Amino acid sequence: MELQTIWFFLWGLLWAIFFMTDGFDFGIGLLYPFLGKNDLEKRIMINSIGPLWNGNEVWLITAGGVTFAAFPRAYSIMFSSLYSGLMLILFALILRGVAFEFRGKVDKKSWRNIWDISIFTGSLLPALLFGIVFANIFKGLPLDRAGVFQGSFFDLLNLYGILGGLLFLFLFLFHGAVWLSIKTDGDLHERAVSTAVRIWPLLLISSVLFLVSSWFYTKLYDNFFAKPAFFLDILLTVMALFASIFFIKRKNLFRAWFSSSIIIAGSVFFGIIGLYPDMLPSNISAEFSITAHNASSSPLTLKIMLIVVIIFIPAVIAYQAWAYNLFKGKVTEKDLSYDEAY
Amino acid sequence: MDIVLLSRLQFAAATMFHFLFVPLTLGLSIMIAIMETKYARTGEKIYLSMTKFWGKIFLINFGLGIVTGITLEFQFGTNWSRYSAFVGDIFGALLAIEASAAFFLESTLIGVWIFGWQKLSPKAHAAVMWLIAGASTISAVWIIIANSWMQHPVGYILRNGRAELSDFSAVIFQKFAVLQFLHTISAAYIVSAFFVMGISAYHLLKNQSVQFFTKSFRIGLIFGLIFSVFTAIEGDMHGVHVSEVQPAKLAAMEAHWETATRAPLTLFAIPDEKNERNLIEIGAIPGLLSFLGYHDINAEVKGLKDFPREERPPVLIPLFSFRTMVGLGSMFILLTIIGWFKRNRLLQSPLYLKVMLLSIPLPYIAIEAGWVLAEVGRQPWIVHGIMKTSDAVSPLAASQVLISLIAFILVYGLLGIAGFYLIIKNAKKNPVL
Repeated sequence: MELQTIWFFLWGLLWAIFFMTDGFDFGIGLLYPFLGKNDLEKRIMINSIGPLWNGNEVWLITAGGVTFAAFPRAYSIMFSSLYSGLMLILFALILRGVAFEFRGKVDKKSWRNIWDISIFTGSLLPALLFGIVFANIFKGLPLDRAGVFQGSFFDLLNLYGILGGLLFLFLFLFHGAVWLSIKTDGDLHERAVSTAVRIWPLLLISSVLFLVSSWFYTKLYDNFFAKPAFFLDILLTVMALFASIFFIKRKNLFRAWFSSSIIIAGSVFFGIIGLYPDMLPSNISAEFSITAHNASSSPLTLKIMLIVVIIFIPAVIAYQAWAYNLFKGKVTEKDLSYDEAY
Repeated sequence: MDIVLLSRLQFAAATMFHFLFVPLTLGLSIMIAIMETKYARTGEKIYLSMTKFWGKIFLINFGLGIVTGITLEFQFGTNWSRYSAFVGDIFGALLAIEASAAFFLESTLIGVWIFGWQKLSPKAHAAVMWLIAGASTISAVWIIIANSWMQHPVGYILRNGRAELSDFSAVIFQKFAVLQFLHTISAAYIVSAFFVMGISAYHLLKNQSVQFFTKSFRIGLIFGLIFSVFTAIEGDMHGVHVSEVQPAKLAAMEAHWETATRAPLTLFAIPDEKNERNLIEIGAIPGLLSFLGYHDINAEVKGLKDFPREERPPVLIPLFSFRTMVGLGSMFILLTIIGWFKRNRLLQSPLYLKVMLLSIPLPYIAIEAGWVLAEVGRQPWIVHGIMKTSDAVSPLAASQVLISLIAFILVYGLLGIAGFYLIIKNAKKNPVL
């Protein structure tokens, strides 16, 4: 396989891992005002992701960094074209991160309220906007010959874009609810489980709508018909979707969470496979599209970076798995009694 | 307003705000690792309290450093897209290596350190802080290699309308990067040292937790003394290299207009850039500029007039930022030498303690001034000699950048206030022993 193709799928993989990991952090933030009925439950919710969210967020930095290194032209056009949307995401992530750190540091209700709002909006905006942005990329952006974006932020808020936003929202809500049910017991646990069960049909509907509307709004299916083996991705995703509710009903919550991760990765790869070799298709003219071939770095840089990721990405996965394992188990009131807890 | 200026202001605001937190992270992580290691080895409770007290402040600072660092990586794409497309082959690779080799490790382990007190043995917990300190340092290495490439591009060829990598080891091992890294890291240790000394001085002045803060002060003092001296000596070497590869920067920071041998150093000047002269010059020391730039009092120093007007950096800002950096740097040496003689009778030296308390902001000012000199002195180039800053901006409407700039100022302003409040609140607390 040529270097650009390897890098194209690595690019997709890093985004998929980011959504799989930080996705449940977003979900917790989204459920936060609704499931956290009192300060204790709120604290249990944020402490359920406390040791992990920071490392999860770095997958975004790496996805961005790798886009910069391997496909500089795609990086520069993607982030300048989607300027306002990306700025909103960045501000949201800043507020969310600071909120986790700051919330418990002053014992005043008004202080906590500020950070509670930050945690919710800091999770809502990225969830929706990443969905809107990626759906619009699948659909094609108004890029001219020079790669300049001929549109505005509001053009992104079209029907297909909004469907993408809703799909991401439900993916993360479900992922977060399942995570919370793993990490809690008692009343909060019951409510987390029943929330997951109630979100599932919405996730199913938004997935079906997205798959169907992709037929009408995008060219994603062309690659699938060219190589029908790729339909396995869709099949696997749908199977994971049904497996997730099956495992929830069976109270096998870790497997449900794993299935939910597969749904997210499968959904991202549905788009990534469909896009190839385009990274940012132009809807003005196909020849203006930014592709893995016309946007890539030199072979030397691609090779060096390949060595870097072959060494470091497995290492990152290994020590993050160690950290996940270290903090497995339910978050209890005892965990909250320690001085350092959020 | 002009989009180039707006984008520069936004980048300056975002970077300078981010860099309020980075130096303390770099230095305090090592000091905390030392304290925690002492605890793990001796089991003495005082070192555990020290770890926890300084650790709390460290975490607030670290959190702000992390979240403000995320925006920076994306701002190259959002606001400097032409630059990104031109240099991504080299610069992008360096940032991606930073993220995968260092940023991941520090971000994952910070959660382990915060929440791992009950899950890890004291030794393993201390080791985690050493790893955080190490990862932060490696992170700084790659970022500075990337910046050094903008200051002094090497190991590239211009091909396909962009700078492509031709020699990776030339990029990562170049002299500019080594010197700039050593200068930045040692300056960061001064920031941390004065921070620890200043807060310890506050408590010693109140005569509370004396043993605790005397120990803390001494750790800060050792760091401060070693690195104030080191930064100055190393800065001199760095200056010589800058003179060699960026002669226009040297001329600008000295408001040196006419090419001359045995060039004098002017202690203070007010430049008149339009008429290519200085309105006021005070205290010219013959030959000193030649000596500082080339270690030879008879060396020829090229004046600004010998650079084409459109390739000259602004003069006023580099001139003042250089003097601020060097002036404060000399003061740090003096203050830490005084501290060394007073180290065994700190409580009897309230005036010195007061000065040290009030000195907390000074290394911050010095280190920011140093970066202003490095970055403004590089203008009008974004990549020295090959790409101008004015050619590097994204094709955006000025209004978009104006709105985001205002948002940055508001959000960062509020975060700054909240962070500052929390750090002060925790720093003033009498530690639990």
